[in-house]
Amino acid sequence: MARTLSLPSKPKQSASKKAVRPVVTKKVTKAPAKASKPVKREVVKKAPVKKAAPKKAVTPRKTAPISKAPAKAAKAVAKPASPASKASTDWSKDPFNAKLKPAEKVSFLREMLRIRRFEQQALKHYNNGAMGGFLHLYIGQESVAVGTASLMNGQDEIITAYRDHGHALAVGMGMNECMAELFGKGTGCSKGKGGSMHFFAPDKHYWGGHGIVGGQAPLGMGLAFALKYKGIKGCAIAFLGDGAVNQGVFSECLNMAALFELPIVFVIENNGYSMGTSLERSSAIRHSLASRAEGFDVDWSLCGGFDLYELRANLGAVMEKARTKFRPHVLEVSTYRYYGHSVADANAKKYRSPEEIERYKTEFDPITLWEKQLLKEKVITEDGIEKINSEAKAEAATAAEFAIASPWPSEESIFEDIYHEVDHQTEAGQTGRHFFSE
Amino acid sequence: MPVITYRQALNDAFAEELARDENVFLMGEEVAQYNGAYKVTEGLWQKFGSKRVIDTPISEAAFLGLGVGAAMMGLRPVVELMFWSFAYVGLDQIINNAGCIRYMSGGLINVPMVIRGPANGGTNVGATHSHTPENFLANTPGLKVVCPATPYDAKGLMISSIRDNDTVCFMENTLLYGDLGEVPEGAYTIPLGVAEVKREGIDVSLIAHGRAVLTSLAAAEILSVEHGIEAEVVDLRSIRPLDEETILNSVAKTHRAVLVDENKPFCGVSSQIAALLAEHAFDELDAPVLRVTALDAPAIYSMPLEKLQLPDAQAVVAKVLSSF
Repeated sequence: MARTLSLPSKPKQSASKKAVRPVVTKKVTKAPAKASKPVKREVVKKAPVKKAAPKKAVTPRKTAPISKAPAKAAKAVAKPASPASKASTDWSKDPFNAKLKPAEKVSFLREMLRIRRFEQQALKHYNNGAMGGFLHLYIGQESVAVGTASLMNGQDEIITAYRDHGHALAVGMGMNECMAELFGKGTGCSKGKGGSMHFFAPDKHYWGGHGIVGGQAPLGMGLAFALKYKGIKGCAIAFLGDGAVNQGVFSECLNMAALFELPIVFVIENNGYSMGTSLERSSAIRHSLASRAEGFDVDWSLCGGFDLYELRANLGAVMEKARTKFRPHVLEVSTYRYYGHSVADANAKKYRSPEEIERYKTEFDPITLWEKQLLKEKVITEDGIEKINSEAKAEAATAAEFAIASPWPSEESIFEDIYHEVDHQTEAGQTGRHFFSE
Repeated sequence: MPVITYRQALNDAFAEELARDENVFLMGEEVAQYNGAYKVTEGLWQKFGSKRVIDTPISEAAFLGLGVGAAMMGLRPVVELMFWSFAYVGLDQIINNAGCIRYMSGGLINVPMVIRGPANGGTNVGATHSHTPENFLANTPGLKVVCPATPYDAKGLMISSIRDNDTVCFMENTLLYGDLGEVPEGAYTIPLGVAEVKREGIDVSLIAHGRAVLTSLAAAEILSVEHGIEAEVVDLRSIRPLDEETILNSVAKTHRAVLVDENKPFCGVSSQIAALLAEHAFDELDAPVLRVTALDAPAIYSMPLEKLQLPDAQAVVAKVLSSF
């Protein structure tokens, strides 16, 4: 995802529109103001959109302006109310949340804080010049990765794009190996061969970490295909950003996932900006990004990503559906990144206003919201939070020390990990020349 | 030994591997119910069913990527491209994913996949269907590239490719599918990276892969009968890994090399062989290394002109004579 960073920013346009930015969220889910309200739940439950939607789908686009779409879609989609869809949905009562133990809830906070402190530590060293390349920070979106990992059943598989540190830590990768990878050290999770965008841990069902926008979507489909082929009761969760939905291969995937009835959930982490281009300037939509799935007979829904309970309730249901009914699903999650597309994004505060960023930080920060929730539930104290926070900071600092102290990969390692057969000196690895450097 | 077609040799390889290993599956456009656009997979869907032999929509990027993802999970996809020319809409999946994931994961992930289909010109279908991408796929460390010329090699190399734990780009040729040759029944393997001397000779080495091997053999016959020149024909069989030893041994014996290549000349496979000879056979050569390649223009449609674009035996003969 090494794009140029010199896109012209249009302060005026973005300034006037950004408040409205996540069209989806704002209209249906109301990301900013009421990220967690009932409407969405209805949308979710509407999963079998196909029945109600066809008529509307035919409506000429001009007659269905975006501003009306939400209402229409909500109506089209509205099914008999789900148990949870009351005026004020209490996601904590959702079946996916009701049985959570206090320790689990606290662990979610710990995981989110670990991701944030890890990235803040990484940012410090990136700015000091200790690491190269790009650093796409996940800060602000932690609830999505942590909520997802918390729902994985040991047989589910997960894959994401280049903003991958959060998912990596959430599935259980260690801070040391991840930090060392950022530093390009031989102790890194990819031995210093992948970098920030390419973390992998197949033993934790985590398949990367992919740098080309949208390129991981068909790999996710392959994970789901393999699960079904082997008769494993799991699903694949393929993350992509709001910019990736415009890659052609994503549309191909929706078609094939539906045709092959694959157990996959595509999670669109909609943070509003594909690099420096806002949603409005990058995507033509009638209702939402997820609703594009409708033309492929793939179920879709929207959900706020700021509240862990809401995310778990929505994602948990569609993951279960994928596992048991082999129904693919597109879940669009509204979220927000505080930093630029990558740290090298010189225009991070030009294509959106500082006020907008500040508002998300103060009103919709997933960690703050979760802390408040846990305090309200009395499963943790302020001191308890501070203890976890301090531990996360210390762990991140230790990881940086580990990375700094670690050796660079050896020169010989340049030619390792390219061909399995060569690395293992099998018969196949010993015939013919594999590398052509002198 | 049974005499069967190149097409049937491949079909037999698939049938044997599908029966041997349940992780092997075939996938691609028209490979199942239609029996394959070139009938290479004929009868396999009836025999192995829809789980193992799978039709896809026309979405190369998606089904190539699906193959990579499934291979990461331990399956062994054999993904057909109706033409290798169609790979170009899915190159991200081949080069960035199949080719780089093992490296970028520090060796944690393997992609044991075969991507196969015809890659040749000469069939009057214009430039977009006539590409020969073996050179630039072999330019990606992490990928392997194989180009069999005969039915025997097709079967043995295919079985090796399916059992290989790395991604193999297997390039066939629609003009060869009907060629007959002796092929043993049952499974056998030919290692990747082992060239074969298809004809012994002492005066000049003709070094080729794919259909150009047959062109070289035809030229060798003419050279022998009409000019008293005994050409040795080296069939590379595999481009990456490359059997440099056999190439260098041949040139050490003949002291002359003419490279015959249906690839284009600029940065083509023949360029790599020429570099090899310049670096390691300089003192052995009695004449400059010469090349007969596809003409350096997009494949033309017009039938008589298209024939001029690919190497033929007469062009090879003329080039060989020019080196003496």
